[in-house]
Amino acid sequence: MRLSYPADIKIIQVPCTGRVDILHLLNAIEDGADGVYVAGCLEGECHYISGNLKARKKVAYVKKTLTEIGIEPERVEMFNLSSAQGARFAEIAREMVGRIRQLGPSPIRKKNHAA
Amino acid sequence: MIVADRKSLQEILAMVADKKKILIAGCKGCVTVCNVGGLKEVEILAASMKIARKKDGNDIEIDVKVLERQCDTEYVAGISDVVGNYEAVISLACGVGPQFLSEMYRDQTFFPGVNTTFFGGATKHGVWEERCAGCGTCAIHNFGGLCPIARCAKSLMNGPCGGSSKGVCEVNKDTECIWDSIVKKKMESGRLEDLIGVKGIKSWKTARDGGPRKSIREELIQGNI
Repeated sequence: MRLSYPADIKIIQVPCTGRVDILHLLNAIEDGADGVYVAGCLEGECHYISGNLKARKKVAYVKKTLTEIGIEPERVEMFNLSSAQGARFAEIAREMVGRIRQLGPSPIRKKNHAA
Repeated sequence: MIVADRKSLQEILAMVADKKKILIAGCKGCVTVCNVGGLKEVEILAASMKIARKKDGNDIEIDVKVLERQCDTEYVAGISDVVGNYEAVISLACGVGPQFLSEMYRDQTFFPGVNTTFFGGATKHGVWEERCAGCGTCAIHNFGGLCPIARCAKSLMNGPCGGSSKGVCEVNKDTECIWDSIVKKKMESGRLEDLIGVKGIKSWKTARDGGPRKSIREELIQGNI
């Protein structure tokens, strides 16, 4: 397919999005990531039955925590696509990068830069 | 188990607003089981607090430690070598934990990170319900194994009262009338006559009303068993 997608994204592979933990997402934000998204299998098609559904709930928890802190919850997102949807993968990457560009740098990094 | 709810992030942040280096101490007892103060919750709180403080340009250093139990002095003593390294400690144990810590480490400041609520159990994942009031004189066998002291809004020994409607307590539509359940259970087992006799006035001397309580087991003190 040789589709291109923004180079701003660092991909971390996990066997299943069920492996993604609340702490992984929080630590990424804490370390200055402008945004984090989880790309899981389509709902109902998890090889491990419910890994992607659990990941969605964890993403929702982190969004709630960020809201409480006063950081835009849109910086964290859950997407679902199958491994055969390469075009959708690139589209999601562009969508997320566009969203983060609109939001601007993470407020955490902004403060650190100022200091 | 003892059930607790975590305090809001904002409330906890406000407690240590002027601190730069703190310890969050979890407990592997009840609060781990009710998902509020175990290793996972301690780490999530630490990460959330660090994000919040970084956002405000006021970084905070947070270490985490999970004690075997915070209600035993031998385990509380386990942090004696590090507790002095921090400006404050947040305990995610039940209300017993920060008190044991405060009693042992008199120069340190301990903040409660949770609100301790009741003795109860999980009726389903994520839902805990009160089952025991710790009144000191258990008599649930008289009520089909269901405790009216803890579960009736009025702690009635003879019920139900006039506020019971369709199995629901008048105090809250989400609260079952435990007396309705007690009567139904007795009817199902054909032992309704067990409830005919009037239960006498309960002595509250063994409950909290008699002041703070103490349980002394001489045989353990003497080390015989």
